[in-house]
Amino acid sequence: MEKMIRTDAFVNEIAALPGGEGVRLCIQCGTCTASCPNADRMEHTPSQLIAMARAGMRDEVLSSDAMWYCLSCYLCTVRCPRGIKQTDLMHALESLAVREGLSHGRTLTPAMYRSFNDFVYSLGSLPEFGFMTWFHLLTNPLRAFRLVPVMLKLLKRGRLSIRARRLTPQGTRQLRAVLDRAESLGGAR
Amino acid sequence: MKYYTYFPGCSSSEGGAKAYGWSARAISKVLDIELIELDDWNCCGSTPYSSIDELVSFCLSARNLALAEKRGLDLVTPCSSCYVSLNRTNSYLKEYPDIKARVDEALAAGDLEYHGTVRVRHLLDVLVNDIGYGEISSKVKRSLSGLKIAPYYGCQVVRPSPGFDHPEFPQSLDKLIACLGGEPVPFPLKSRCCGGSLIISEEALALDLIRKLLDCALSNGAECLVTVCPLCQTNLDVYQSRVNKRFKTSFNLPILFFTQLMGVAFGLGDEELGLKTCIVPAEEALAKYL
Amino acid sequence: MERRIGVYICHCGTNISGTVDVEKVTEFARGLDSVVVARDYKYMCSDPGQNLIKEDIKEHGLNRVVVASCSPRMHEPTFRRACQDAGLNQYLFEMANIREHCSWVHEDRAMATEKARALVSAAVRRVYYHEPLETKEVPVNPSVLVVGGGIAGIQAALEVADSEHRVYLVEKEPSIGGHMAQFDKTFPTLDCAACILTPKMTSVGQHPYIQLMTYSEVEDVSGYVGNFKVKIRKKARYIDEGKCTGCGRCQELCPVSVPSEFDCGLGKRKAIYIPSPYAVPNKAVIDPEKCSHLKGLAGGKDVCRLCQTGIEKKGIPGCEADAIDFSQNDEMVEIEVGNIIVATGFQQFDPSVIYQYGYGRYDNVITGLQFERISNASGPTGGEILTADGRRPESIAILHCVGSRDVNYHRYCSRVCCMYSLKYSHLLREKIPEAPVYQMYIDMRCAGSGYEEFYERLQEEGVNFIRGRAGEITNIAETPEEEGKLIVICEDTLIRRKRRIPVDMVILSCALEPRADADQIARIFSLSRKADGFFLEKHPKLDPVATMTDGVFVVGCCQSPKDIPDTVAQASAAASRALAMISKGRVEVEAATAVVDEEHCAGCKICVDLCPYKAISFDEEKKVSRINEAVCKGCGVCVAACPSGAITGRHFTTEQIMAEIEGVLV
Repeated sequence: MEKMIRTDAFVNEIAALPGGEGVRLCIQCGTCTASCPNADRMEHTPSQLIAMARAGMRDEVLSSDAMWYCLSCYLCTVRCPRGIKQTDLMHALESLAVREGLSHGRTLTPAMYRSFNDFVYSLGSLPEFGFMTWFHLLTNPLRAFRLVPVMLKLLKRGRLSIRARRLTPQGTRQLRAVLDRAESLGGAR
Repeated sequence: MKYYTYFPGCSSSEGGAKAYGWSARAISKVLDIELIELDDWNCCGSTPYSSIDELVSFCLSARNLALAEKRGLDLVTPCSSCYVSLNRTNSYLKEYPDIKARVDEALAAGDLEYHGTVRVRHLLDVLVNDIGYGEISSKVKRSLSGLKIAPYYGCQVVRPSPGFDHPEFPQSLDKLIACLGGEPVPFPLKSRCCGGSLIISEEALALDLIRKLLDCALSNGAECLVTVCPLCQTNLDVYQSRVNKRFKTSFNLPILFFTQLMGVAFGLGDEELGLKTCIVPAEEALAKYL
Repeated sequence: MERRIGVYICHCGTNISGTVDVEKVTEFARGLDSVVVARDYKYMCSDPGQNLIKEDIKEHGLNRVVVASCSPRMHEPTFRRACQDAGLNQYLFEMANIREHCSWVHEDRAMATEKARALVSAAVRRVYYHEPLETKEVPVNPSVLVVGGGIAGIQAALEVADSEHRVYLVEKEPSIGGHMAQFDKTFPTLDCAACILTPKMTSVGQHPYIQLMTYSEVEDVSGYVGNFKVKIRKKARYIDEGKCTGCGRCQELCPVSVPSEFDCGLGKRKAIYIPSPYAVPNKAVIDPEKCSHLKGLAGGKDVCRLCQTGIEKKGIPGCEADAIDFSQNDEMVEIEVGNIIVATGFQQFDPSVIYQYGYGRYDNVITGLQFERISNASGPTGGEILTADGRRPESIAILHCVGSRDVNYHRYCSRVCCMYSLKYSHLLREKIPEAPVYQMYIDMRCAGSGYEEFYERLQEEGVNFIRGRAGEITNIAETPEEEGKLIVICEDTLIRRKRRIPVDMVILSCALEPRADADQIARIFSLSRKADGFFLEKHPKLDPVATMTDGVFVVGCCQSPKDIPDTVAQASAAASRALAMISKGRVEVEAATAVVDEEHCAGCKICVDLCPYKAISFDEEKKVSRINEAVCKGCGVCVAACPSGAITGRHFTTEQIMAEIEGVLV
């Protein structure tokens, strides 16, 4: 293996993140992976991520696509025999990866999340139609085309809302103020 | 009369799952519940925000909680994702003083304060625990007897624990169906994930999960399925045709919001309940009861 | 009289001196009132350390001694003896705990030293008021009570009885043998459990010095070490044990069939039954909750008595020994013993709470004990490995750590499951060699004589070891090969892949947990329970069979999960401790007890009911309370409660306590 940095630095970093405390307790039993619906699609299994973290493989862990497949279904968390909050750990790793610019390009999920967030930031509420259209055109116009029948059915059934819900102007200002300050405070830890 | 602050979430208010919002209000009226919508609420952020920037996602929820705290009632949401996001924020603020300090600072920038006193509840919890099965049964005008229904909880209404029901083998929705006169079918995958928002970015993966759920429900004799989350309903209903296309299956299982089912049993009209918004038509399965 | 106090500050290696500045504390002690000499030393409890005290007592005429070191639980007896040896009454000694209460729980050196000074000052002021006291010696009753007739109880009973002292062996079930009697083979030797156990069971049954009371339970224990009074309830068997020959005719005649506890619910027994083919005593017993006649009698009806009368029409006689007696009642027996050995054992964790493993939902998910019964030749399948619907399984999975090593159930490791899982694999490879066997494990814990070699052997026997704890068991097939099977889903952590293993039978290696009645047992025998629920031993390393209650010992799995060799060793250890006491014939009883000043006693009797040890009696003639010094544990409840202040707690007088408090605060 290439560069192995001092093995406990990364573990200490994760243990200091909220939800990451359990990283030192893992006994590598694999229950989290066994319970994960998407473990087969992940580049690294959930338990493997922890093992890699403990070996100091910071770059590999943060650039892994594994956590982006996490559905937040929490089965791992309720079954872990050491009480590790694996889902929260995955989210913490995602946030860390984003901050380091390492969020993975091999899956569209980070891009989708970012798109979602941009809408929420500007409107305070998610306009489903606008978001879906924008995201698909951005990433895969061809696929967007294939979803047109679904969209038409939604329209026919009166389920397609093109108009976006917005907050009041004061509400929007208030929300922006809060979010801007939050962003400047830089990350959850 | 019971009062709650109501947090519909983006989907159930004006999104694709607005029928959930309509039916929730309709049955609340019958059960003497007043759902007072939180003024000027913002999106909870759900999974997307917490994955990109956790602190900002806590602030999104904290704004809603701060606004709700002013009225001092329990905050009820029909959406499992909002339920988890808001609850997660509450626990993190309690457990991590460092995060609380930062969230407090961000809220202050918007002239807000949050003291951690709001209790976040899911609509299902409120109905079965605050109102009770007995009261719900008493409002049934058209018993759903003979209708086989798969109770689908999805993941986030029961996990992470401790919650108001068992994290892997919940019973509250089953009992609710039974008290409406319906037959809840055994459904081993009832608390498994539908794929959530990954239906958008990893469609094939999510479609596989949806297919397994539909297959399981059908093989246990379900004639329709009820959900407690707008994302679950969307995935199972709107994308059912995509499942059929990809896996060459021929699923035609109506997917309802549990509040719609309650509304049918209460004798409410299909307009009020938004039954027409179901992509997989529910009219045939429910014909006897409408 | 002038007080001449000697103070000794222990470094305890670096345990104390690493955090507390012992020199400063010694300096401080030197300056305290009445302190004649103050020293510090590396290991006060060592011989040279103790000699310092003894020499100073002689040279400096010390009449009070303070040692500031570890917890009195560790070395109070050591230093008291040292004082006594040098001619100073042992109660003129006081200990200041500057280790467990100071150096071990603080990091700030300055503050820890400050605290140590306060603790020493407190001890010095207190010891000023100490008075000489004399311990009593009480005789030791040479009989021993052993509670529980599993391998632990059997071993302990035999060892004490072989020394020709009387043993009362009380067992709750109708036969002794415990869980070991249910096992098939034992690891790592593959000895048949019954073959090695039954000779011991028979010895117990025939031993002239063992009074075996089966189907009996201890209800009350009073008294103190060397002198316990025990009340035992002998439950009604409805069988005259003197007449019953154990022929088994009655159980053939009985029409009521219920799930057998001995077979873990897999087989059946009758309402009147003999517990097993090798039961000791080999006598029948009637289950009053299942016997239709006994239930009917309650309603005044004379229902079935087939066991007694037989089936006349077919010419089959009933009990020919006339041993059945429906009118029997429970019998209360009172015995007196000097020592009690508690060997009540464990129960198997019930895995139905782990929903995702499907126990109770899928018929072919079974527990370890259930597998023992299936594999056992005397079990419900005659030793053949069969699924619930009577077929030979084509493949079997064994899941480790079910209920163990899990924050949601039991945090501890049950120690024996890795080994018995290997044993099950061996039995399966032997009996159905064509069926692949899988063991899903997290770690392989094989520490014991011959244990690792046993693991090696099983690897050779072709068991598929998969390093990954099972996430769930499902019957929802995803491929044609999985149809009709139970699928174990786990991560093979060694290749980092999720795997689905379809099998016909799943064995759950369940945790050993404290029995459901452990609370009751703890109350009766004055035992404490640890955080994990097992009974607390006096010291986990140096005194694993004694308890804080002198004369009461805990052995075997009721103290912590362990294998048979360790259980037997502990049983022998407790037996030898009891015999040591019996051999000496007398035991020293603590002098720090309470005493009533009869002149000031108002006769209100408040103390009598409050005493948790029932040590206080009321003299109706003189109208005063009187405390039995041998039973009194010096807990102080009566001292605090007495409204007239008539009760003094020796060695814990108000003066002494106030002086101690002053020492800390001033």
